[in-house]
Amino acid sequence: MFSSYMLSVITLICINVVAVTGLALLTGFTGLFSFGHSGFMSIGAYAAAILFVKFNVPYWAVLLLGGVAACMVSGIMYPTLRLKGDYFAIAALGFGESVRLIMDNGGNLTGGARGFGGMPTLTKWPGALLVAALALILMRNIIRSRFGRTLIAIREDKIAAQSMGINVARNQYFALAISAFYCGVAGAMFAFFMTYLQPMMFDVAKSTELSSSVVFGGIGSLSGSVIAAVILTAIPEIFRPLMQWRMVFYGLALVLTIVIKPTGLMGSKELSFSFAKQFVRKITSASKRGSRGESKPKGKK
Amino acid sequence: MSTLFQQIINGLSIGSVYALIAVGYSLVYSILSFSNFAHSSFLIMGAYTGFFLISTNLMPPLLAILLATIVSGLFAIFIERFAYRPIRAKGGKSLYYIIASLGISIFFENFVVAAIGANYRTYPSLLPYKAIKFWGLRVSILDLVCAGIAIIFLILLEFFLKRTKVGMAIRAAAFDLTTASLMGVNVNFLLSVVFLIAGFLAGIAGVVLGIKYTVYPQLGSLTTKAFIGAILGGLGSLPGAIIGSVCLGVIEACTAAFISSQLRDLIVFLILIIVLIVRPHGIMGVYVDDKV
Repeated sequence: MFSSYMLSVITLICINVVAVTGLALLTGFTGLFSFGHSGFMSIGAYAAAILFVKFNVPYWAVLLLGGVAACMVSGIMYPTLRLKGDYFAIAALGFGESVRLIMDNGGNLTGGARGFGGMPTLTKWPGALLVAALALILMRNIIRSRFGRTLIAIREDKIAAQSMGINVARNQYFALAISAFYCGVAGAMFAFFMTYLQPMMFDVAKSTELSSSVVFGGIGSLSGSVIAAVILTAIPEIFRPLMQWRMVFYGLALVLTIVIKPTGLMGSKELSFSFAKQFVRKITSASKRGSRGESKPKGKK
Repeated sequence: MSTLFQQIINGLSIGSVYALIAVGYSLVYSILSFSNFAHSSFLIMGAYTGFFLISTNLMPPLLAILLATIVSGLFAIFIERFAYRPIRAKGGKSLYYIIASLGISIFFENFVVAAIGANYRTYPSLLPYKAIKFWGLRVSILDLVCAGIAIIFLILLEFFLKRTKVGMAIRAAAFDLTTASLMGVNVNFLLSVVFLIAGFLAGIAGVVLGIKYTVYPQLGSLTTKAFIGAILGGLGSLPGAIIGSVCLGVIEACTAAFISSQLRDLIVFLILIIVLIVRPHGIMGVYVDDKV
């Protein structure tokens, strides 16, 4: 039914969904903006690849270990969490670039700028779909937990949250560590999808792509972020015949979305069955009323 | 010892160009408090316009350079008018500005790649590739001119901000945009002026970098260095941006000469992280935490 090309696009979408899901917790629910998460993907990818090729660790274990490695390295970023939003974003940029340059100068361990190869294609679409689904379910539960609500409180008003006895820096760090874990796993999946790694694959542009997926989908909407990840991964593939112009449209789409609808595709709404029902009801009632006046959506708060 | 002085001079030369970029970036930050990543597109705009105007030989080079910088200033106003102002009208958070500015930089860099091409272009030689020798040091005329242009425009900016009415309004807005607007400052006009200055300075930097190196679409990535310089000096502070950029230039040149040219960028980014952790307000800036 699907060509192998389409299946590989689906796999890539699943990988990006895992990474964006992690970032949705950090950017969407904690309000921290990062330009360095491709660094965590890079760490996950290299850790997984090196463990697999040099130490013969099995694939599934390597996926987890890639996440764990990224999670552990995220501890470096802990001191920067005390900073205001913009400063954290820039510190993350510095972190991501540092990781790229370390991988570039890693000698025999990382293969340097020439790249690191020798991995078989083990990330295929059924496995990738499974991991993406697990990642999503886990994240949904995290967001609905007490911890998730704490993060939303921090995002809405840091000082108010602090005065309610929430340890802002610690909770923000947990969000960062979880997002790093997700990106590490995504990186590990990516390593066994591409079968070779180069530090250039995880540059600022990749970080931007991840972060912009969250904003594009709607800050504070997990399903929105996922939909955006699917769209933003698929669009460059669909527009492949346009060659160099596709990134032009990508940038333009990003700017237009923010200028026209800064809350993103979904706002802070979640896509669920009740939401879909409401949406359908809204459309049908609007069409019944015909051209007389505009329908007034009665969304529950 | 003379190598050290030689590297310091090289560093001062590139640092002064970073300062041109960093000042515009810091100026925008001081008023709208967001990292304007679209700053790189102003630079590319200036570099490419300058390249085409000079290589077509339609006008004398100096006029061409002036025109190029004005074009990039107008481009900056255009960006402010059609991307940032609608966001501001909706009471946007700094996050929205950052994403929009990133989108613009992605858009413009790739637009240049697609429309003009990704190849490197060399400016026609305007200055002799000679070096002046004194005290056993070699300083190329090109580097001297780069530093000279940068210093002249930085002094002009200082004069403009301190001695003119609009400059005073800009300083007031940097202190508090809302209060300034309540005092009758036309914020829209003011931001146009700020972006004109930012674009103009970035345009000059673009032309200078184009002459010094070559013109290519990724030239804008050099603005990252200027951002780091601005942070090193203290975000939002103009003297800080200049001092930070010059320090960064010297650090870069010395690292490349004495440690390793491969590790140069890594060390620069590590300095960035350390500065942010230890002293986020940099050398001159004031770090204001969120208030209730």
